[in-house]
Amino acid sequence: MPIITYREAINQAMAQEMRRDPLVVVMGEDVAGGSGGSAGGEEAAGGVMGVTQGLATEFGRERVIDTPITESAIMGMGAGAALTGLRPIAELMFADFIGVCFDQIYNQAAKFRYMFGGKAVTPLTIKTLIGAGMGAGPQHSQAIYPWLSSVPGLKVVTPSNPYDAKGLMIQAIRDDDPVIFCEHKSLLAMEGEVPEESYTIDFGKAAKTREGSDLTIVSMSWMVNFCNEAADQLAGEDFSVEVIDLRTTSPIDYETVYESVRKTGRLLVVDEATPICSMASEISSAVAENVFESLDAPIRKVTAPHTPVPAAPMLEALYIPDTAKIAAAVRETLEYEL
Amino acid sequence: MQLSREELLSAYTRMRTIREFEERLNVEFQKGTVPGFIHLYSGQEGIAVGICEHLDEDRDYIGSTHRGHGHCIAKGVDVKGMMAEIYAKSTGVCGGKGGSMHIADLDKGMLGANAIVGGAPPLALGAALTAKTLKTGGVSVPFIGDGAANQGTVAEAMNMACVLNLPMVFMFENNGYAEFTAASYATAGSIEARAKAYGMPGTTVAGDDFFAVHEAAREAIDRARNGGGPSVIEATAYRFHGHFSGDPQVYRSAEELKSVREDHDVLNNFRDRVTEAALLDQQELDAIDAEVLTLMDEAVAEAMAAPDPMPEDLFTDVYNTYQ
Repeated sequence: MPIITYREAINQAMAQEMRRDPLVVVMGEDVAGGSGGSAGGEEAAGGVMGVTQGLATEFGRERVIDTPITESAIMGMGAGAALTGLRPIAELMFADFIGVCFDQIYNQAAKFRYMFGGKAVTPLTIKTLIGAGMGAGPQHSQAIYPWLSSVPGLKVVTPSNPYDAKGLMIQAIRDDDPVIFCEHKSLLAMEGEVPEESYTIDFGKAAKTREGSDLTIVSMSWMVNFCNEAADQLAGEDFSVEVIDLRTTSPIDYETVYESVRKTGRLLVVDEATPICSMASEISSAVAENVFESLDAPIRKVTAPHTPVPAAPMLEALYIPDTAKIAAAVRETLEYEL
Repeated sequence: MQLSREELLSAYTRMRTIREFEERLNVEFQKGTVPGFIHLYSGQEGIAVGICEHLDEDRDYIGSTHRGHGHCIAKGVDVKGMMAEIYAKSTGVCGGKGGSMHIADLDKGMLGANAIVGGAPPLALGAALTAKTLKTGGVSVPFIGDGAANQGTVAEAMNMACVLNLPMVFMFENNGYAEFTAASYATAGSIEARAKAYGMPGTTVAGDDFFAVHEAAREAIDRARNGGGPSVIEATAYRFHGHFSGDPQVYRSAEELKSVREDHDVLNNFRDRVTEAALLDQQELDAIDAEVLTLMDEAVAEAMAAPDPMPEDLFTDVYNTYQ
């Protein structure tokens, strides 16, 4: 099987869907790149991180549309185009920019179907970069998927690896509801096996990335990789850790989480988001409410602190939940005795 | 350009329907039988109808505002379905889950009234992009109040429409008040002049003159349809009621309130114009008025008698699929 990067997997997904369906268009800042520049309109960038590279060359600038830096107009244009017959991918370059355009996402696109009496179909994919790890500072590094997941009408996708990124992106494009596809900037260069052919991964279906019997870790996006690493480090000891990758934070595959906790009796939730109203708090409360009797220890959360993301690399490293923090929390939870 | 007899009758019927819909709703709202709050379009009928008489049901789209009933009727949304929606009944065009500020009918090219001031223009970009991409020849028209004119979303949409040469008309209705606050206070410079800054044509017309709006709309919509890109129309408009039904309008003088109804009633102006020119006669216009009143009686009676949504409707249509 070919080994490609997370970036290439997302690119391949979009290209394959654009070949298959002429209604798929891509719009956003620099997604073609170089429109109007002195080099004469040749594709210059293909997105700030190169994720849309080559699309404008293959599909033309009518379908890969460079926009002004006006996020409300980009999100609204995507939502309106989806409502009237296209299947747009609208790029919000960095998820942090959602502050200037959230109305078009949560008041408009997310509510069309409900408030228009079930008659609206809004096949909009919002593709956006999330997360820390590049020293990009407080306004380019946030993991805001918990806020998005709290909005009825939106679906939120948080792939942790290249294989999932491709299958979830194809599903997002084909999906008839508004989907926010959160691509983690620290995963763009991650390599993995990805089939050349087109495939989809259903939303709301978590993946078990490590099998174990003594403790369950639930996570999503970049953090899954640290959780896997911690589970592997601890593998030689006399206990085993199960890791569940939610893959989508709306819908959430609660059943897979419950089933695992019923087996292990111990839960650790690892989330790059800040702790209040995070995925970690959501999963914790759902497990406490629904499988309380299976728990042998208090639920633990490993999250970012309740602070902005600092720019200084040494502070950012402290901010990000990492393998050592996860491994320490695993041990503490396992050592707890009723 | 001279309108045909059929066109005149159609325009008058639509304007009268909007007027009576709003006036009846105002009466019913004061009785306390209508939930939520409603924003009445009376006085501005010539603008919605002047635009929408040029638009096709299937390929042209409009975006609307919180004051959207008139836009809906002008674009052909079913009046009884609208009334039932405002009464929050299951027979409403949105099944009672949208209400006055969210009436939408995509089959009629109506992208929705919109409770967020400045919410619709970015969405209207999308309808225009669809028309351009699929080469339908369609045009997209967001209606925008003088209050919304100052929102960033409107500036963004105007710029984007020009950059992508989208088939659009930005229809500004300047009724002099953004909620309770006067446009003379809250809107700097001129709305029409903003068109020039983006390099698109702009014109100002009298909103109480149906024929002026209709002619300006024809030119702008033809231009958009033929690939000439977006333009701006600003209509001076006259809001008969307050910001919402029940607003005592303490911020407007008695003279102004009297003048908007006596000197700027678009329906009176239309009647005077067509009867003086002997294009239509009083009797046929009176007959339309009577038919419209009957329609409103039926719409209100049917809406009040219609069933509420079912309790389980709370949970439906959040998503197409979700598991």
